[in-house]
Amino acid sequence: MRLLKLIPDNTNIGFVRLRAWAFGLTALLTVAAAVLVGVRGLNLGVDFVGGVMVEARFPTAPHLDKLRSDIDGLHVGQGNLQPFADPHVVSIRLPIPSTNDEGATNRLVKNVQASLAAKYPGITFNRAETVSGKVSGELIRNGLLAVFLAVFGIAVFSWIRYEWQFGVSTFVAIFHDVLVTLGFFALTRFEFDLNIVAAVLTIIGYSINDKIVIDDRIRENMRKYRQMDMRALIDLSVNETLPRTVMTSLTILLALASLLIFGGPVLRGFTAAMMLGVFVGTYSSIYVSSSLLISLGLKPHLVEPKKKSGPSDSAERVG
Amino acid sequence: MLDFPRWKVISIWLLLLAGVALAIPSLMPDRVARQLHLDGMPRINLGLDLSGGSHLLLEADTADLVKQNLQKMEDTIRTEMRRGDPKIAIGDISTSNGQLSFFVRDVSQLDAAVEKARGQTTAVGVTGQRDWNVAVVDSTRIVMTPTQAGTAASIDNAMKTATEVVRKRIDELGTKEPTIIGEGKTRILVEVPGLQDPAELKALIGKTAKLEFKMVDMNVDQSTVTAGHAPPGDEALPNVREPGEAANAPIRYWAVSRRVILSGDDLIDAGLSKDDNGQPAVSLKFNASGGRKFARATQENAGKQFAMILDGQVLSAPRIDEPILGGNAIIHGSFTTDSANQLAIALRSGKLPVTLKFIEERTVGPQLGKDSIHAGVIASVIASVAVIVFMFVTYGRFGFYANLAVVLNIFVILAVMALLNGTLTLPGIAGFVLTIGTAVDANVLINERIREERRRGRGIVQSVELGYKEASRTIFEANTVHAISGLIMLVLGSGPVKGFAVVLLIGICTSVFTSVTFTRMLTAGWIKRNRPTEIHI
Repeated sequence: MRLLKLIPDNTNIGFVRLRAWAFGLTALLTVAAAVLVGVRGLNLGVDFVGGVMVEARFPTAPHLDKLRSDIDGLHVGQGNLQPFADPHVVSIRLPIPSTNDEGATNRLVKNVQASLAAKYPGITFNRAETVSGKVSGELIRNGLLAVFLAVFGIAVFSWIRYEWQFGVSTFVAIFHDVLVTLGFFALTRFEFDLNIVAAVLTIIGYSINDKIVIDDRIRENMRKYRQMDMRALIDLSVNETLPRTVMTSLTILLALASLLIFGGPVLRGFTAAMMLGVFVGTYSSIYVSSSLLISLGLKPHLVEPKKKSGPSDSAERVG
Repeated sequence: MLDFPRWKVISIWLLLLAGVALAIPSLMPDRVARQLHLDGMPRINLGLDLSGGSHLLLEADTADLVKQNLQKMEDTIRTEMRRGDPKIAIGDISTSNGQLSFFVRDVSQLDAAVEKARGQTTAVGVTGQRDWNVAVVDSTRIVMTPTQAGTAASIDNAMKTATEVVRKRIDELGTKEPTIIGEGKTRILVEVPGLQDPAELKALIGKTAKLEFKMVDMNVDQSTVTAGHAPPGDEALPNVREPGEAANAPIRYWAVSRRVILSGDDLIDAGLSKDDNGQPAVSLKFNASGGRKFARATQENAGKQFAMILDGQVLSAPRIDEPILGGNAIIHGSFTTDSANQLAIALRSGKLPVTLKFIEERTVGPQLGKDSIHAGVIASVIASVAVIVFMFVTYGRFGFYANLAVVLNIFVILAVMALLNGTLTLPGIAGFVLTIGTAVDANVLINERIREERRRGRGIVQSVELGYKEASRTIFEANTVHAISGLIMLVLGSGPVKGFAVVLLIGICTSVFTSVTFTRMLTAGWIKRNRPTEIHI
């Protein structure tokens, strides 16, 4: 049986040659993402801004403008409609009533549900959430803290494990990944909630995984070919790991695609973020972190020489 | 490297078999598991987003609690100083700035006053620190300040009682398997599967049970009292059911006077205590006005019984042996430590010891949960099939081994989750799908490395050996960083993020075993048996 080989043997693509262009593109993307997040802002869910959210499933796709005026007619504060990929499902966000009594939010939810049920027979309600300003503040703080800790923790790990250049390049690349993902959410106005924070953290994990594989190969080759030019060496390492990069990205994309198509509406934002993250993470492994190593002045002879006894005696073992 | 002793092979298979066996109860519907008597086995719980239900987060108002403590201490000091001979005259009592301060009129009594004030403080923890600091200012004023340890202990205590009270009130709803646990120092998390309208639950938690003390009518033969039959001026109230009492046992009724002698507001505290003979007893502590009312009632009614009534049910009806004047009473009789404690909790549960606020509330409809499980399972199956086909087409026999590892890995993750009594949430399912994707990465790394080594002209055994060795280093590092982000999610994440992190972390650990150790064993066994001259990879 002939086995599938996605990348032919001895593929040699000149990745490093395109470095200047790639840096330009990266800079453009990063700045654009930062501007988008700054100007348009993220469409934060009730998890992060606090408030009341009611998610309804309509028997026929509702007209959003009509629904909006229906909600306004209830005089329950400034409503905000968030359509889903499924046009039958709409989430309605409302401010928390300002009275101090505990039952007020429940009455608000019931009021909205009852009047919608009267206007749209057959409507069902999937979810109702109320998050107070105090909790949403904590969730924002913990979310930000988690992302920063993950980026720093991992950068410090690569710095301790390898040379400092690897730590810096990894840090920059991951920062880029996070920013571009946020930019995507600012652009599409997809709701940014707790699940998306999990997605961002997973993207960080995936992206770092990808970089470690390439960094590992770069280091191995630096010990092997002590006289080689750094550009050639990085090209060699990226090409050597290319079959793995393509193969792994494809399997994960396959898994994510099935989640995106069949996994139901709740996970859609999460999956979309993850898929984007796979592309961005793979791109940044080659064009941000590896290329940055050259700019940071990493040279093969800076790495301690390989021991005589074999290529892998110093390696950790698993299993 | 490729040498696997028999005991190792056997233990690896046994471990995987155990994993599959432990995972099976979680994969069955409840009904089937019960029929096969497997419902006692560890199983994975479904999170609220999958089962549907309500999630509520309550926070205690600790500032209010501190204020209450201050007021209680003020009450106690007023009573205590007036007691004894000679009385200590105090004045100008203030509770501002979180301190209780008062003026002692006769300077010669200052030391006695300090002594009495100290007597009202108790030790907290093992350090012997008191819950209040007593100090003298300007040699005429006594200032009492709650210590940090004292406040912390009082919050802790109040949260325990509050959690108990909340649990009791939710049990009244009769819903199945509610979760009520303390979160952090001042919060209570309540999860009720299946509950669609939390308004009723909120009202129930917020309500105050009515505690009243009334005299038992001694002119009535209590054994003849039945529901609704009481002389004029009295009412017939049922006795509370004792724990362990048969559900169909006849309920005992009491005829009690309608006049309320004391209400729950007059009772400051009730606790487990010992009587003079060292038998378990229940101690009661009243505030100043409560102490006065109780003193009068006991003076007038010595030898009679009074009933302690919670929400219309008689908890206990002790006899008054002698007038109780000090504001502190002890109820003794045929108590066990358990029953005394139960009565004390019941007396305390009249009202929440601290105000609780609802700060987060999420309700998931039952249909959404069902749809989500359905969608999640379909997505997982399709993802697995797609990855399995792709791996097999690319790596042949080696891909097959990797696939076997992935499938077993799913079972092992489920088994570990069941053992940890974990909860599967919707993001957790996403974690599964992602783990399927990343677990094969280890095998991709290994197989690509073997291909590479073969291309370089190395022998079969050496290529396989080097492939595993070299890839293992990368796999170890990659998994370490994955674990770092997973741990951060677990510690800092809330709700859904945690559910995702748990699956991810378990998956990282188990996948190293299945996709490295297990596949290496399979490959080694095959090479040893067949001594292939060429491998297709």
